[in-house]
Amino acid sequence: MRWVRDPLLVVEGLTMRFGGLTAVRDLSFSVGRGDITALIGPNGAGKTTVFNCITGFYKPTSGLMALSTGGPVRLDEVAALASTGHRYKCVDDQIGADGVFLLERMPDFEIARRARVARTFQNIRLFSGMTVLENLIVAQHTPLMRASGWTIKGLFGAPQYRQAEAAAMKRARYWLEHIELTHRADDAAGSLPYGDQRRLEIARAMCTDPVLLCLDEPAAGLNPRESLELNTLLRTIRDHHATSILLIEHDMSVVMEISDHVVVLEYGLRISDGTPESVRNDPKVIAAYLGVDDDEVAQVEAEVGL
Amino acid sequence: MEYFVQQLINGLTLGSIYGLIAIGYTMVFGIIGMVNFAHGDVFMISAFIALILLILLTQFLGVTSIGLALLIVLVAGMFLTALWSWVIERIAYRPLAGSFRLAPLISAIGMAIFLLNFVQVTQGPRNKASPSILNNVMTIPMGNGSVTISERQALIFIVTAILLLAFWAIVQKTKLGRAQRACEQDRRMAALLGINVDRTISLTFVIGGALASVAGLMFMSYYGVVSFSDGFTPGVKAFTAAVLGGIGSLPGAVIGGLLIGLIETMWSAYFSIDYKDVAAFSILAIVLIFMPSGLLGRPDVEKV
Repeated sequence: MRWVRDPLLVVEGLTMRFGGLTAVRDLSFSVGRGDITALIGPNGAGKTTVFNCITGFYKPTSGLMALSTGGPVRLDEVAALASTGHRYKCVDDQIGADGVFLLERMPDFEIARRARVARTFQNIRLFSGMTVLENLIVAQHTPLMRASGWTIKGLFGAPQYRQAEAAAMKRARYWLEHIELTHRADDAAGSLPYGDQRRLEIARAMCTDPVLLCLDEPAAGLNPRESLELNTLLRTIRDHHATSILLIEHDMSVVMEISDHVVVLEYGLRISDGTPESVRNDPKVIAAYLGVDDDEVAQVEAEVGL
Repeated sequence: MEYFVQQLINGLTLGSIYGLIAIGYTMVFGIIGMVNFAHGDVFMISAFIALILLILLTQFLGVTSIGLALLIVLVAGMFLTALWSWVIERIAYRPLAGSFRLAPLISAIGMAIFLLNFVQVTQGPRNKASPSILNNVMTIPMGNGSVTISERQALIFIVTAILLLAFWAIVQKTKLGRAQRACEQDRRMAALLGINVDRTISLTFVIGGALASVAGLMFMSYYGVVSFSDGFTPGVKAFTAAVLGGIGSLPGAVIGGLLIGLIETMWSAYFSIDYKDVAAFSILAIVLIFMPSGLLGRPDVEKV
């Protein structure tokens, strides 16, 4: 129950309306530090909308999304910060410093850089004309720029910059090995098979050194073998890196296999929240996925709160 | 034969100038998907900057070595023109970035008209003659006659080649170039990976401006005169070169520039000088019918 003891991200009363349509209604859940959290639900349940709110692509109609790096989210601290009108509070002004971040107030690139939330999309968005290695190096642009003193030191080959460059290469090599693409490092990313592109995208996101990695349907379109490779990769990330994972997934073999915590949405409402086992046996979840007999509809609707 | 070689040299010289300008068009198009119509006039301004600097140095500051003077003009001109280009992007294009697609295009046309008239008002409408420099010619005997290469032509070749190589290294090997290529392919994703997209776009304009300024200096010293209206025709030709080579492709822009220069020169040499522009644009039309994305352009193939 790490999502209660040590939450990395707390979402409280998140509501997102598009005109008359309420895509997400008063949603609350937490993401535990070091957990793989799965967000599941039938089509149109509002999963991607939640993602887009967390990563700053949408500005939520109302609600609070607090992310804390360095320690668990403390609601008193968050309330104090929320009343100041600031977007975040960090221990120092360095980009990437630990702190508390109010994601609903921050634009997308700031969430990526300051709060260190990385994401992938349902469709593949690699830089397909660049090589596999370049895709991994370009994700480390910020530390490289800082080490090069915004180009000036880099021009003269300052030792600090050389070190940063070597570190960037080392990290890129590390991920190339983990996704088993070392032999294709200099090929154009667009020429890789689909499953490799998916894993390269995750590796690229990991090169930005995120605290939270948001994956939107990472297993979509993968064959069973590629699905297994994905599971291994996600487990490696959880077990060996200080990165928590939040993922949307339809492939239950992935969800039940690897997640520590599952949140189920239907029609923008949270209908279940817990360990994979408890969710699997939850009658509401079964009803949402499989439907119910006609005579039980009224009862289930009452339970779901419609 | 020697006539052909002579025209080849002339064509390549002219083509180098077009190629340098075309890079500015193709890079800006690649990164923000906009045709920067003011780029031709930035080139024209750079020719004026080069002229003013050259006169200042040789006639008022008493710099006697022409090589030194040209080097200073080259460096200072690149800096000043890059500054113009940077300012134009900041005031005319960036505020419209969130607007509809055609807004920056209209703004670019407005900026082109502004620059043209600004120079006309401040410098006067007449042609300005530049001091005659680097007039010595090398004569290479060939066949029954000989081929001549002027120092100016040699200079244009060498400087263009060096700059293109340096520029190629920047785009291919440095992190700035990497950021730029990433922005070209997916701006939003690049921003999410920590790249400062606005700064990268500024940098693109700065590089484009700097290369145009080299073209401006070459143009000024090659033709010996500059006028406020000189931005238009070379600008359109360079844009044509960028389209011919495949817009968005850097080697394409250079090859396109050289081709346009060659077509124009060869047509003037063997047929009629009046129709040289018609020839250049006709070849563009024919190429685009058979290769719609240009010579080196990447066609947008959707993988399904």
